[in-house]
Amino acid sequence: MNNLVILPILIPLLTGIILVFFRKNISLQRWISGLSALLTIIVAVMLVQNVFNDGIQILKLSNWEPPFGVVFVADMLSALLVLTTSILSLACVLFAFRSIGIEREKYYFYSFFQFLITGVMGAFLTGDIFNLFVFFEVLLMASYVLLILGGTKIQFNETSKYILVNVISSALFVSAVAYLYSVTGTLNIADLSVKVAEVGQGGLLTVIAILFIIVFGIKGAIFPLYTWLPASYHAPPTVVTAIFGGLLTKVGVYSIMRTSTVIFNHQPEITHQLIGILALLTIILGAIGAVAYWDIKQIIIYNIIIAVGVILFGLSVNTETALEGSLFYLIHDMIIKVALFLLAGAVIVITGTSNIKKMGGLIKHHPLLGWMFFVAAIALVGVPPLSGFVGKLLILQGGFENGNYLGSAIVLISSLLVLYSMMKIFMNVFWRETVLSKEDEKGSTKGLLLPCAILVVLSIAYGVGSEWMYQYIEQAVAVLVDPSIYVESVLKE
Amino acid sequence: MRTNDIILQTLAKSFMFVVIAFSFYVFLTGHHHPGGGFIGGLMTSAGIILLLLAFDWKVLKTVIPIDFKILVAIGLLTAVGSGMGSFLFGVPFLTHTFGYFDLPILGKTELATATIFDTGVYLVVVGITMTIIQSIGESE
Repeated sequence: MNNLVILPILIPLLTGIILVFFRKNISLQRWISGLSALLTIIVAVMLVQNVFNDGIQILKLSNWEPPFGVVFVADMLSALLVLTTSILSLACVLFAFRSIGIEREKYYFYSFFQFLITGVMGAFLTGDIFNLFVFFEVLLMASYVLLILGGTKIQFNETSKYILVNVISSALFVSAVAYLYSVTGTLNIADLSVKVAEVGQGGLLTVIAILFIIVFGIKGAIFPLYTWLPASYHAPPTVVTAIFGGLLTKVGVYSIMRTSTVIFNHQPEITHQLIGILALLTIILGAIGAVAYWDIKQIIIYNIIIAVGVILFGLSVNTETALEGSLFYLIHDMIIKVALFLLAGAVIVITGTSNIKKMGGLIKHHPLLGWMFFVAAIALVGVPPLSGFVGKLLILQGGFENGNYLGSAIVLISSLLVLYSMMKIFMNVFWRETVLSKEDEKGSTKGLLLPCAILVVLSIAYGVGSEWMYQYIEQAVAVLVDPSIYVESVLKE
Repeated sequence: MRTNDIILQTLAKSFMFVVIAFSFYVFLTGHHHPGGGFIGGLMTSAGIILLLLAFDWKVLKTVIPIDFKILVAIGLLTAVGSGMGSFLFGVPFLTHTFGYFDLPILGKTELATATIFDTGVYLVVVGITMTIIQSIGESE
């Protein structure tokens, strides 16, 4: 019993509720949401240390024994993702103070932001497959509102598509859970792992496994289910795109990781092979998109898709090295994508457009912004000693060791294309002759650079301190490689 | 010109109490019989809507002077609070308990903390249905 496990979910939830009472008092709303984000970080750090010292932490809700009640399970993978989420939530809240605008703040922006974080935290921590669905819905409902809040025409268009896609994928999720329940008779993830191992993963269970890949593939935007993502993410304000890009797709990726390692790990030649092929196609299509566009947001959005492909490729290789790489890259990518979106948001605030052909020479008046973008861009590509390097290195090492030369080559070439797309932004936006004089700028970056700086520094520290991070990642991957650790700690009594 | 709907209004006034009283009954009996916070909340809103059909928003606001959005937040707070009460006793989140008490009039009665959670659900359901109807009804 450890009530610490519930706190990362409970704090944002309570904050979101309390904020409803203070709709008109915006400065109070800001204070509360900022302080709660700080508190969540403290709790998340405690949780990580707790898991590191004492192993997997379990909370049996209502004091019911698993598999009969719902359990919350914090293993190292969940705890690290919870910590990353809490840091990103602080950065995005700080960015929203300056950028979101009073109209949106008055209509419960911070409440829905906190509910989104509640859903993400819950999805990372739960140990029950139906509870996972419920938390998916919590975060999706909040994301619908954040997407449409403001009510511009493009937001209406894109939100209707986004809701349609997600309602369909949620219905598929429920059917997949129903099939799984009728075969195994249980919903607890650890118990499912035992039951699936008992009956052996026959044809029926493999079909269900693939259905889960499709469901989480829609949420996590893998080929060929990613087509809803670029337009939907382009519509809302940048800070919303940032939190979506950093968190929502990664929840899908996390769920694929969890289900394919803990539950459906008996037919890797089918499921992992499928994930691998889809991941490589995702990388290729994402890279084409990233190279094609001249819109700063669109380029970064396609880079999300590439990263999802890279992480899932590491998962499909399914060796310890590659999984470590995947995990390193997952956390790096969450941080750096939010950082890039926030920096792009600052650029859009200054120039008033997201078309990079209409910008130029920003480095003259905004050197800090420019160089932060440069550092974030090469961290994304994976230049040592920045944060993207170790993850990709380990994924490639795993790929080559496993004889998957084609896949590894695609990952390597994709890095080049990512570099090209990021440098295209950097050279067009920050170099060339200055388009806007100091007076012509559409807005000021006051207060916008602090959250970006936090994330860029964090990303550098993550890259430089990867040796120190490695002990945590190693512990997280131990569970992915050997799910019996997870099962035993949940069902031990 | 507004037609004279005196029959509707008189009937609505009396039936509203029946509907809402029945919804309380369904809400309170939920632990041992079909019912509970969700259906109870829906029926209470149905009673309020009956009043709304016979009269209009102005009347409703004088009868029930609550902001329904605040009601949702209060309901959520009640539900989460009933879960967090378990922190005080050092047991996992959402652990509930019950006991038998001798109440005046009712005699020996079973009181469960799960009812507090259900009250939260009830308030949220009433608040949300009314908020939806209000925002659709009042938008031009």
